Amino acid sequence: MNAGIHVENLNAWFGSTQALHNISLEIPEKHVTAIIGPSGCGKSTFVRCLNRMHETLPNTRVEGKVIIGDLDIYGKGVSPVSIRRRVGMVFQKPNPFPTMSIYDNVAAGLKLNGFGNRRELDAIVEKSLRQAALWDEVKENLKKKSGASLSGGQQQRLCIARALAVEPDVLLMDEPASALDPISTAKIEDLIFELKKQYTVVIVTHNMQQAARVADFTAFFLMGNLVEFDKTEKMFTTPSDKRTEDYITGRFG
Amino acid sequence: MTRTRFHQGLDDLKQKLLTMGGMAEQAVERAVLAFQNRDVSVCELVLRDEAHINAAEREVDEMAIDLLAMQQPMAVDLRFIVACIKINSDLERVGDQAVNIAERVMDMVNNPKADLNVDIPRMASLSINMVRDALNAFLTADVEMARSVLERDDLVDNMNREIFEAADYAMTHSMETHRDAIDTMLVARNLERVADHATNIAEDVIFWVRGADVRHHAQM
Repeated sequence: MNAGIHVENLNAWFGSTQALHNISLEIPEKHVTAIIGPSGCGKSTFVRCLNRMHETLPNTRVEGKVIIGDLDIYGKGVSPVSIRRRVGMVFQKPNPFPTMSIYDNVAAGLKLNGFGNRRELDAIVEKSLRQAALWDEVKENLKKKSGASLSGGQQQRLCIARALAVEPDVLLMDEPASALDPISTAKIEDLIFELKKQYTVVIVTHNMQQAARVADFTAFFLMGNLVEFDKTEKMFTTPSDKRTEDYITGRFG
Repeated sequence: MTRTRFHQGLDDLKQKLLTMGGMAEQAVERAVLAFQNRDVSVCELVLRDEAHINAAEREVDEMAIDLLAMQQPMAVDLRFIVACIKINSDLERVGDQAVNIAERVMDMVNNPKADLNVDIPRMASLSINMVRDALNAFLTADVEMARSVLERDDLVDNMNREIFEAADYAMTHSMETHRDAIDTMLVARNLERVADHATNIAEDVIFWVRGADVRHHAQM
C-alpha cells in the first residue's frame, strides 16, 4: 500500500500562538525524511500533527490536510486511535512500560486491540524484535526481564519494536537517539536505514549530522515555516535557501 | 559493525576510483602503443576515452563531497576521503598526459623520423608500472609498495633528461627531422609527468594509511 504523506496548508496553534504556518510537502514512502531546525521551530509539532497527537494537548488546534496513503487523517469520522495504528511513534526518552516484561511491552499494542492468538503473537513479537535489531540480545529473557532492566539503547530499540508490532505504515521518531551514547546512536541509525525498506520514516532531530547520515530527504523548519525541502545530499552540499546554509554551517541557531 | 551505510559509501568510492585508475592507465598504454606504431587510429581511441575519465572525475568528487558533508568522517576515514579527492585529480591528469602523447603522435606521422638513440618504450613501461603499483598500493593499503613507487621516480627523471639531451643533439645536427625530435622530447616530458602523478598517488596512500606527510622528500 502507498504510504507517502501528503501535507497541504497545515497550520497548528498552541492557544493563540501559531506554531506552524501553511506547511505543504510530500513525504515519499519507504524513505527516511528528516525534519531539522532550531529549538522551537515547530519540528516536533509538525510530526505530532501527522498522527493527531498535537490535538491531545489542551488549547491546541490544527487546520489543513494530512493524507497518508489514501487516508485523510483529519477527515470526518476518522478516529485518532485508528490512525495511531497506522502511524507508530518513538520518542526522545525511551518509555517502555516499566513493570511489563520485554515480551509484554512488544505485545501490548496488539493485546489492547484484542489480539488473542498466542502462537501468532509469539511470532509477531519475535519479528518485531528482530526488525528492531534487539532479538539476539533479549531472546533468552523475553518474559523474565522487565523492559526497564535494559540499557537506554536497548530500551529505545524495544520501543521501536513495540511501535512495529502493530504493523504501521509510517514510523515517526522524535529525537530517537538524543538520549543515547554514540554506539547506541549508531545502532539506531543503522536500524533506521534498514526500516525504510518497509516503512515510511520521519525523524525529528536537532542533530543535523544525524539527519545527514540517515535521511534521504531533509526538511528545514524555521519559526514555524518550512524553509526548504530537498534531497539530503542537496541540502547538505548546495542548499537553495541562504537561511538553510546559515543554519547548517552554524552561522545561526 | 555499525555505520553500515557509511562504510558502504567508502567502499563504493574506492571502487569508483580504482575503475577510473584502470581507465587512466589504459589511456597511457594506448598512447604509447600509438607512439611505437605511429598509429593514428589508436590516438583517436585515446582522445575519445578522455571524456569518460573526465566524467569519472566528476563522479568521484561528488561521492567524496557527499560523504564529507553527510557522514562526518574522522581519523583514517577522513584521511581516506581526502586522499581519494587528491588521487582523483592526479588520475585525471594522467589521462590528460595520454591525450598529449596522442596529439604528438598525430603530428609525428606527418614528419620524417629523427634518428634518436632513446628508449621511450622502456621509459613508458617504468611510468605505467609506477601508476599501476600506486593503484595497487591504494587497493591493498600497502605502504611498502607505495614507497617503492616513490623510489622509482628518479629513474624516470633521469631518462627524461637523457632524452632531452639526445633530442637537443638531433635538432642541432639534422634540421629536416627537428620536429620529430621535438615531439619525442615532449612525449618523454609527458611520461615524466605520468610518473610524477604516480608519485603523488603513492604519497597520498601513505598519508591515508599512516597519517604521514611524505611529500617533497619529507621524512617518513
